[in-house]
Amino acid sequence: MEIIKTDVAIVGAGGAGLRAAIALAEADPKLRIALISKVYPMRSHTCAAEGGAAGVIKSDDSLDLHFNDTVGGGDWLCDQDAVEYFINEAPKELIQLEHWGCPWSREPDGSVAVRPFGGMKIKRTWFAADKSGFHILHTLFQTSLKYPTIQRFDEYYATDLLVDDGRCQGFTALEIRSGQMKQFQARAVIIAGGGGGRMFPFTTNGAIKTGDGMALAYRAGAPLKDMEFVQYHPTGLPNTGILLTEGCRGEGGILVNKNGRRYLQDYGMGPETPVGQPVLKTMELGPRDRLSQAFWHEQKKGNTVSTKWGDCVLLDMRHLGEKKINERLPFVRDLSISYLGMDPVKEPIPIRPVVHYMMGGIHTNINAATPLPGLFAAGECACVSINGANRLGSNSLTELLVFGRRAALSAIAHLQSGLPAGNDTALTAKAKDSEDRIRALFAKSQGTESIAGLRKEMMHTMEEGAGIYRTGEELAKTCDKIAELRQRYAGIALHDKTNVYNTDLLQALELGSMLDCAEAVAVGARDRKESRGAHQRLDFTARDDQNFLKHTLAYYHPTEPPRVDYLDVVITKSQPGVRDYSGAKK
Amino acid sequence: MGEEMSRKPYVREVSKTTWFLRQPRYQRYMAREVTCIFIFAYTFLLICALGSLANGPDAFQGFLNALRSPLGVLFNLAVLVVTAYHSATWFNVTPQAMPIQRGEEFVPGNVIVGAHYGAWAVVSLIILIWGI
Amino acid sequence: MSERQIQLEVLRYNPETDSEPRFQTYTVPCLNEWVVLDALNYVKENLDPTLSYRWSCHMAVCGSCGMMINGEPKLGCKAFIHEYGDSIRVEPLAHFPIERDLVTVVEDFIAKLASVKPFLIPKEDKPTSAGEFKQTPAELMKFKQYTLCINCMLCYAACPQYGLVPEFVGPAAIALAHRYNQDSRDGGRDQRQEVVASDEGVWECSFVGACSEVCPKHVDPAGALQQVKVASTIDWYKEHLMPWVKK
Repeated sequence: MEIIKTDVAIVGAGGAGLRAAIALAEADPKLRIALISKVYPMRSHTCAAEGGAAGVIKSDDSLDLHFNDTVGGGDWLCDQDAVEYFINEAPKELIQLEHWGCPWSREPDGSVAVRPFGGMKIKRTWFAADKSGFHILHTLFQTSLKYPTIQRFDEYYATDLLVDDGRCQGFTALEIRSGQMKQFQARAVIIAGGGGGRMFPFTTNGAIKTGDGMALAYRAGAPLKDMEFVQYHPTGLPNTGILLTEGCRGEGGILVNKNGRRYLQDYGMGPETPVGQPVLKTMELGPRDRLSQAFWHEQKKGNTVSTKWGDCVLLDMRHLGEKKINERLPFVRDLSISYLGMDPVKEPIPIRPVVHYMMGGIHTNINAATPLPGLFAAGECACVSINGANRLGSNSLTELLVFGRRAALSAIAHLQSGLPAGNDTALTAKAKDSEDRIRALFAKSQGTESIAGLRKEMMHTMEEGAGIYRTGEELAKTCDKIAELRQRYAGIALHDKTNVYNTDLLQALELGSMLDCAEAVAVGARDRKESRGAHQRLDFTARDDQNFLKHTLAYYHPTEPPRVDYLDVVITKSQPGVRDYSGAKK
Repeated sequence: MGEEMSRKPYVREVSKTTWFLRQPRYQRYMAREVTCIFIFAYTFLLICALGSLANGPDAFQGFLNALRSPLGVLFNLAVLVVTAYHSATWFNVTPQAMPIQRGEEFVPGNVIVGAHYGAWAVVSLIILIWGI
Repeated sequence: MSERQIQLEVLRYNPETDSEPRFQTYTVPCLNEWVVLDALNYVKENLDPTLSYRWSCHMAVCGSCGMMINGEPKLGCKAFIHEYGDSIRVEPLAHFPIERDLVTVVEDFIAKLASVKPFLIPKEDKPTSAGEFKQTPAELMKFKQYTLCINCMLCYAACPQYGLVPEFVGPAAIALAHRYNQDSRDGGRDQRQEVVASDEGVWECSFVGACSEVCPKHVDPAGALQQVKVASTIDWYKEHLMPWVKK
């Protein structure tokens, strides 16, 4: 097996991975950096983010306000020391991105513009039209081309971390185009592999969001934290799940039910604000969890619009006018027309909540370090936690930058901490085990299960039991089902047993990752007997700070469900309070 | 597991002679390019005109007679049509090659193209009147 | 919901078993609102798991799913079934070697993209502590269009020049160089010229314009390339007729 020796290896080349790579290259030009991704970097799902990235720069804003918005938005499950670090670094990172050429939208005087976003008291979301994630990703990718020390391994799928002597020292990866297994030796590994929204049937996430990075760390012994907190984005297209950015509402779009009523005022987010003049942090600019939950209630009441794709509510942007839509929301207009055949300039668009983001992920501390020495994580795959129980829109793009860089700095510190030499024999033996695990999939001649079949069952049970509102009974069923699916996974055989670009194999491996992560989600949700942020239970409707002001930690077991433990939340300045998104308070 | 030798990328050959038959837009492109042959031929004709002019009034009259022959008229007609097509295709793409930005807006493409046609009409008119 | 039986004719190629590509036809029950990508996913899930192709976002922003559909370069996620008859021919993107089925080898494009120095080379040295570079909305508009490229390579598949002369740097790469050249914050145009204004660069282009016709994001790379030609020509004249003028 070919061995590639490097100093720091990064798994995942989206916003966080690229930012980490650049930070490493800038910090030390002598550092060997390997950047591995199962797709070419510009395909990473960062490209689909639309709305923007939050950072305090305007004079009417303050770091304290960003702090409070984030902590409150996360229903006090955020680690406040991490949030403090995050909001402080945010403006610097966004300006750095601008210096690298990011085409941020501008004020007439040439300074960077900001737009209102959900859950934020003051508008602080930097944006690049309605393709902010796309521009951030391409800016980072193109900037990374400046550094010859960043060696890219495009279309490599990392399969197993190599842990020896209690430290992470690299991983095995499949070169997708040749089917060759390779061993990467690195004394520091940063995982930036993204979330796992594809475990649900209805999601804004692209095909590649299958939780592989999370599973990699999970299987190697790093716990997954707060996995039960899955964010539903309130406005996704009903047929495809395609995202319509929160920016639609930031610019003044309104949500109405089948009776034309702006129903959010009935769920503690009133009073009704004037059409086209959104007031921050109320009505349509409330936080995502509350908006998605309001939809669920409206659906139960029979107030949703029945369409051929299911129940929806309507996002009305007609009053914004064609000029504003073309200037600020051109992509949204294009998507609605292309995929729904409806023009937001002329008619309200039917939308519904769709799975969008996972607040949970690989447990890291404030320095992006996992409990496994040598292993770091950043981005959606990680849980620091700055998002707590519910993420505010436009915090995650900034998170990629802040913690991508932070992971890089931590990796460098780790390298300089005086590490003993690695045991090549032991590592190669482990790499061989990893290869054998994959070979076993090829060796199986007849399968009793199909990849697509198991995947469908997984998605169905996750939607049923771990959706917007949950009950203990349904969650127990889902936990059992996922456990069963994990067992049945052993019955898979590959239809494609060839080596070159075998996507049957890839889908099998991705399914394995999703099943492992899904179990952490279901078990965490079942054991969290309270409602907080995006985790809402019909049998435990109140927030329980007494027992659950804690993070859920799930520890992997190859055949059994995960062992669950809890970790206190770091509270510094802000004591748990009431999340008030009504405009009435002043 | 796979070996590097498992890979065998397949290169699809592109014919150097019949490539333009693959798509209608390539054929339109070739039609546009072929107009150059006619324009070159006309340039050659103009050089002949100069040459005959230099050789005295008889030679020049001979040249004019040749122009008035059926073949001469046909040729000129063909070149007129082809040159018009050539000019039209080039006018139509000028906004792409030379965008004019006014503030945050760009001058609409059809304004730029229209201006070209307008100038062409004016110049043609002047030459026609002057010629007559 | 209306449904149609579509004959999907897909070009298959497995280097370990095939000496050359061959067509395989699948009968797919398609909903009329589907795109070709949905049909391919149906095939993979229900009929033939060995079919390989790239895709991710399904919203025309990641650039993964470029392919030839009825001989035309398109994104699989934006080729609507209702625009086609009952038989649809799907092939890998033209002008790139076939790795496997609909997956092409794109290393040439990646290398060319990197060769034009597609990153900001700032005009002035400004520390980030001094805040952002000022850029008016008008200055942003000057290059905004050229930032929209999703690197889908449909333009390379459409460009007959790239098909005939594989050394050609190509539409997307040069358009990206132009994006930075036009950015008011950038001062690196001279550094890009070596590759961009070379024989294999913009001068290989004969303005067929196919690239702009197929571009799903309306970047208009053909326009960008002509503008680069104009700018380069002006450069040349300045250099030769007015050598005393510093660049």
